[in-house]
Amino acid sequence: MNDIHVALGAAFTDFAGWAMPVKYSSDLAEHHAVRTAAGIFDISHMGEISVRGPEAGAFLDATLAGRLSVLQLMQAKYTLLLNDRGGIVDDLIVYRNGDDEYLVVANASNRAVVAQTLIDAAPGFDVAVDDVSDGIALIAVQGPNAQAIVERTPGLEIVDGQATLADVRYYRATAATFAERDVFIGRTGYTGEDGFELYVDVRDAAALWSAITVAGAPLGLVPAGLACRDTLRLEAGMPLYGHELGEDALPVQAGLGRVVALAKDGDFRGRAAVEAGPVDGARLLVGLAAEGRRAGRAGYAVLDESGVAVGEITSGALSPTLGHPIALAYVDPASAAIGTTLAIDVRGSRIPATVTPLPFYSRKKEATA
Amino acid sequence: MTDLNALQYTAEHEWIAVDGDIATVGITDFAADKLGDVVFVELPEVGGEVTGGTVVGEIESTKSVGELYAPVDGEVVEANQAVVDDPSLVNSDPFGDGWLVKVRFSALPDGLLGRDDYTALVGE
Repeated sequence: MNDIHVALGAAFTDFAGWAMPVKYSSDLAEHHAVRTAAGIFDISHMGEISVRGPEAGAFLDATLAGRLSVLQLMQAKYTLLLNDRGGIVDDLIVYRNGDDEYLVVANASNRAVVAQTLIDAAPGFDVAVDDVSDGIALIAVQGPNAQAIVERTPGLEIVDGQATLADVRYYRATAATFAERDVFIGRTGYTGEDGFELYVDVRDAAALWSAITVAGAPLGLVPAGLACRDTLRLEAGMPLYGHELGEDALPVQAGLGRVVALAKDGDFRGRAAVEAGPVDGARLLVGLAAEGRRAGRAGYAVLDESGVAVGEITSGALSPTLGHPIALAYVDPASAAIGTTLAIDVRGSRIPATVTPLPFYSRKKEATA
Repeated sequence: MTDLNALQYTAEHEWIAVDGDIATVGITDFAADKLGDVVFVELPEVGGEVTGGTVVGEIESTKSVGELYAPVDGEVVEANQAVVDDPSLVNSDPFGDGWLVKVRFSALPDGLLGRDDYTALVGE
């Protein structure tokens, strides 16, 4: 895959030991392409952990914050791995890709700790846990034209009896083949757009990338890098590990209280701490919208109307789609209500900002969706 | 097309075009590319005095914030409003329509680079 990115003129950055394509042409152009047509991302750095066995569902219920045993075949769920203090070790997507088989997708920087935590928790369950990341490449196609592009990708065939791409609903998956090997396709993503994530054998990744690119060229598909991925996910209000999520914030502080299945039977890591709740005054994640062109960045202070620091930005950018600055920030509970007028200290200037519902941007859903 | 060999450069990735006692200042294509898509530019006020080597403005991209250094001592005689209105000019035409300020100076500083030395500096 690296050769392809070099040939496409990518600029690279080092991330969790991977040379990551950060942009190919212009991050703004790539951003707009994903919103209006489609972009193709190489996100092979993500970690994949296979959990198999008759007790795979029960094992995941006892280890992760969500209720995974109730997933239907080829259904996905967003969930969390918590520490004993209720803090977030990682946010995960879990697919049920077989009756007794799940695929846990972890952030690159947390792959090892997630895999080890699951391996350490496995004894006592009839389950096998394997970090299979090295054998799997992950290609995401995101944007309103994603379905049409993946459908017409030469050599990519849906397995008989599996859902067609048109029939795969959001957070569901289907199975295909490419070059006579299996490709697992989830209708998930991290951009706020419709799209697919294709898990493919690393040996086939470059050929699949090229085939998708050929199919997508007439439909406006462009290669898209990490830079635009960050502005896209920020507009979509999606938290990023290391920015909004970390071991010191409870899910409810990050707006992810609903992700923790307290109604499920039995204990799981972090349950007691989540039930106890955050300490009084613990800061909450909010969205901020500001006017003008100057964006607050991670680490910038958030002030109340009298100039007192009440929080800190975790991610911020000038929204390419909306045209004004947006940010995610942790602020004191007293300043977290929607509509609260705050200010961002942008290198000495106070930029007025308003607490705004998330997401900042959501795509127009089709009536049939 | 600007003759890049006729320009002088700083190690802070600014270029200077000298015409009489007026220096037109911009940032190089290398700097513009490193910054990424420029979305906000703040320039010094016309009529103000600037001191070489000090920060006089900001160039903000989608991902980061760059500082604009005054390469010479002098008085700002013009700031490029077109760039303030359309910051993408810094990326699309850094040596032309993406120029930033014009400064009336009395003496150029020592240590300005020619094109070859500058490109050697940035490894291109």
